Amino acid sequence: MTTLSTLESLKYAYPETALAFVLVLVILLDLVPAIRQRRIAMTMTITGLILTLIATLVHIYILGREGNPNAGYSLFEGMIVFSRFTLFFKVILVLTALLVALFSIRSPQVKAAGEGEYCTLLLSGTLGCFLMAAASDFLMVYLSIELVSISSYVMVGFYRKDRKSAEAALKYVIYGAVASGLMIFGMSLLYGLAGSTQFGQVYEALAAKTGQGAVSTASFVFSFLLVLAGFGYKIACFPFHMWCPDVYEGAPTPITAFLSVGPKAAGFAALIQFFYANLSVPGAGGTFHALAGTHWPWVLALVSVATMTAGNLGAVPQTNVKRMLAYSSIAHAGYLLMPFVMLSETGLQAILVYLVIYLLMNMGAFLVLIVVAERAGEELKDFRGLGWKCPSVAVPMAIFLFSLTGLPPLAGFIGKVWLFMPVIEGKWYWLAVAGVLNSVVSLYYYVKVVRAMFLEGIPSSGERMERMAVPALYQVLLWALAVPTVWFGLSFGGLSELAKKSAQLYLGH
Amino acid sequence: MKGLLSLMTFVPMIGAIAILFTDRKYKDAIRTTAAVATGIPLFLSLVLMWNFDKDKKPYDWSAGLASYEDQAEAAGFQFVESHVWIDRLSEGAMPIKYYMGVDGLSYPMVLLTALLSFFCVFAAWNIEKGVKGFFALFLLLETGMMGVFCSLDFFLFYVFWEVMLLPMYFLIGVWGGPRKEYAAIKFFLYTLFGSVLMLIAMLAFYFGSEPHTFDLIALTHKAPVWASEMRMALFLAFFIAFAVKVPVFPFHTWLPDAHVEAPTAISAILAGVLLKMGLYGMLRINFPLLPEAFRDFGPWLAALGFINIVYGALCAMAQKDLKKMVAYSSISHLGFCLLGIAAVNSYGMIGCVFQMFAHGLTSAMLFLLVGVVYDRAHHRNIDGFGGLGVVMPVYTGITALAFMASLGLPALCGFVGEALSLLGGWGSTQYNLKWITLLSATGIVFTAGYFLWAFQRVFLGPLNEKYRTMPDANPRELFTLIPIGILVIVFGIFPALLITPMSAALNTLVGMLRG
Repeated sequence: MTTLSTLESLKYAYPETALAFVLVLVILLDLVPAIRQRRIAMTMTITGLILTLIATLVHIYILGREGNPNAGYSLFEGMIVFSRFTLFFKVILVLTALLVALFSIRSPQVKAAGEGEYCTLLLSGTLGCFLMAAASDFLMVYLSIELVSISSYVMVGFYRKDRKSAEAALKYVIYGAVASGLMIFGMSLLYGLAGSTQFGQVYEALAAKTGQGAVSTASFVFSFLLVLAGFGYKIACFPFHMWCPDVYEGAPTPITAFLSVGPKAAGFAALIQFFYANLSVPGAGGTFHALAGTHWPWVLALVSVATMTAGNLGAVPQTNVKRMLAYSSIAHAGYLLMPFVMLSETGLQAILVYLVIYLLMNMGAFLVLIVVAERAGEELKDFRGLGWKCPSVAVPMAIFLFSLTGLPPLAGFIGKVWLFMPVIEGKWYWLAVAGVLNSVVSLYYYVKVVRAMFLEGIPSSGERMERMAVPALYQVLLWALAVPTVWFGLSFGGLSELAKKSAQLYLGH
Repeated sequence: MKGLLSLMTFVPMIGAIAILFTDRKYKDAIRTTAAVATGIPLFLSLVLMWNFDKDKKPYDWSAGLASYEDQAEAAGFQFVESHVWIDRLSEGAMPIKYYMGVDGLSYPMVLLTALLSFFCVFAAWNIEKGVKGFFALFLLLETGMMGVFCSLDFFLFYVFWEVMLLPMYFLIGVWGGPRKEYAAIKFFLYTLFGSVLMLIAMLAFYFGSEPHTFDLIALTHKAPVWASEMRMALFLAFFIAFAVKVPVFPFHTWLPDAHVEAPTAISAILAGVLLKMGLYGMLRINFPLLPEAFRDFGPWLAALGFINIVYGALCAMAQKDLKKMVAYSSISHLGFCLLGIAAVNSYGMIGCVFQMFAHGLTSAMLFLLVGVVYDRAHHRNIDGFGGLGVVMPVYTGITALAFMASLGLPALCGFVGEALSLLGGWGSTQYNLKWITLLSATGIVFTAGYFLWAFQRVFLGPLNEKYRTMPDANPRELFTLIPIGILVIVFGIFPALLITPMSAALNTLVGMLRG
């Protein structure tokens, strides 16, 4: 692994460059009134995101052609990492942003409140996620998290006149400020212990000091718990998940979709690289073990169980579907933490596979919510009889929800199998049992929506049904998400291979 | 004959897809498609019957056999198909396969599935609401059921096992009775609870085997070695998963709700086929994979069988609703299967599988019969009828046949299974089950009690004037009832028809469980 200087790094930073370029272009062109009126910001954003996607894929191709799949670089004097692992996350992130942009094209509220601003924020949030997923320095971690957070605060409060939206933004800011404060305090403690902010060097210093018994367990645990607050806030895990339901409910729905996938995925990337690079000792056969005296896998295993339980139990009584999906996304963060604490390459592979599948099914569910909310609302009762009025929306929704539950032959099942595999392989049976019992609970609330759609509001025979028309764009997107959700449930060999190739970390030491 | 099982499994699914692309207006076209799509598997099952090698015995095989087909043939399976599905799930692991085959254990179940699915299409012919959805889901259900009985790969088995849940949820939930939503979700949650435990145990087996595999034949013949606590934990995880489906006391509470609320044809499928899956799973996976744990658990299994038999029968006796009575009778009848397994001898084992088949026929018939009277009277209250024998002589005759078969009258199929199970239990050399067998035999008396009492209240005595004009069974109903009725008599008189093809596989199984 080589550390590259700033200038050399540029040729490994095409996606970021493309994003930054479009971002600046959107801001500048939006200042020209004549152009602003023609509303091309959204088109430009979508084009820019497609370019970013292409740039990312080109990087993956080149990295693959260089021969050694392990190859990675440390860019910008050790600030960010360039590896298959981070590129995999970048594909997920740019797809998320692209879908969110497509979801918002038709939204009248977005047009009214200013498309240019909306696109700017979406792009800067995505750029922040890109940097967060690749950060390999405490400062970079902190800065990228702040970039994502600040963009998100404004996006959440984007409907200025809407009380719920404004309230959500305020809540988000307050929670966010506390979390990042705690995080930077923790980082400063670690800096004090290690004398460096760069991932590989921190590890070496810490490993040397624990070897001499120079660092007390208490100071270790204290500092990583504080750092965890920042990550936990981004991925919405217990006990830092409190903001999640209110913010998700109040935010514009496309933004909720973005928050539930983008920053969460980026947060996981950062969390993995932070803990694996700094607080783990690499062992044989792609496994790690925790740095002596830290016990962090245990702490995080408990956090995982608490997170999924809090998410699932919180979702059960909800009658607002958006809020229910917010709790469900908390639960999914809990599931994703299970393989994380296994400290194995299979675990990383599981997280990558699951995130792809989660992207498809979660985005799909939010899209249905957008379609239904345009006509009726976001409450459970607004879904009544949808299966009979509009099967072309209700059937994909059923697919997404059953997939979120983890039932075969849908992709969600494969995702669940992948999540549990490393846990069983690592013989953490109690954790696996907690996980599967949680997924039984989740069936109950996902099925509530299915029940409203198909089991209620059945037209009596002879009654003429009013059909619901669905905009073509939404219909195409729905099938574009639903078909792979089924496909990956039947043919997941390719996805597993891809994740396997991408599950190698650049640790910097 | 390669591909026969795949055809039987996937023809219904093709039918389901065809139905989805048919306009909802053409109801009869949809129904006919469903009849054809279930008729083809029925025809193929006759081909299967004709070509099934009854004398095929498993022979000793070492790991030297090259192909998976050969291994399965050696283990006593026929019509084997094997294709790689997912090449490599993890490093150094065997592929996940699309791996199908039948032996003497799955053979009767495959026949039963094909048979009941076909006739239940006709029992559901009069459904008017959402015809398209109903039959598409029904056909999907048949695919799931066939797949479960034919899979030789654990992963494949699990996928089919769970695939069934979705159509079942909708079939009960949309087309069911007044409390359909409650019944549907209860069924769904119970079964999912069981199957997630199976998922964990399945993955534990995958990682416990060397090289990692989901191949059931390989797992059975070279089972991973576990510490004794772990062995029992895995055993219980499997057992609960399958016990929920049977259902074994105390996991039975979903059954009365689901059976009562489901539409007639679906109740028949539930009782006729779905419940058998639990027992099939025990015999195919749970016990052969963990024979040592099974030996520790045997007496408990017999005790659970006894509870099922007597408790189920007493509950059935207390019911006022005819359908609920039939539902509880299933719990009671399947208790004999548990007792038969616990005996670990060939009488008990053959009795168990015979009872599974026989109960499939009789319980499906009973639910169809209840459906006939419900369609006319719109209630199922046992005390609300009286003297129906006068106005519906044909229907009464068929009901009498079904009741008698169910309570175990000799020369009808219900007798053979119960008798063999009890015989097995009494003669068990593995454990002393004499007392439990004796007590279980009292269940037969209770069974006769509630069936005869119900018969008396519904069909005998003075005619309830309300039903003076009640029409007798119509040709469509007779078409579903009479063939099953004939089979009930045929298998009662010639049980060897079924016992011969299954004995080789079951004797091997007994040998394996005895250790």
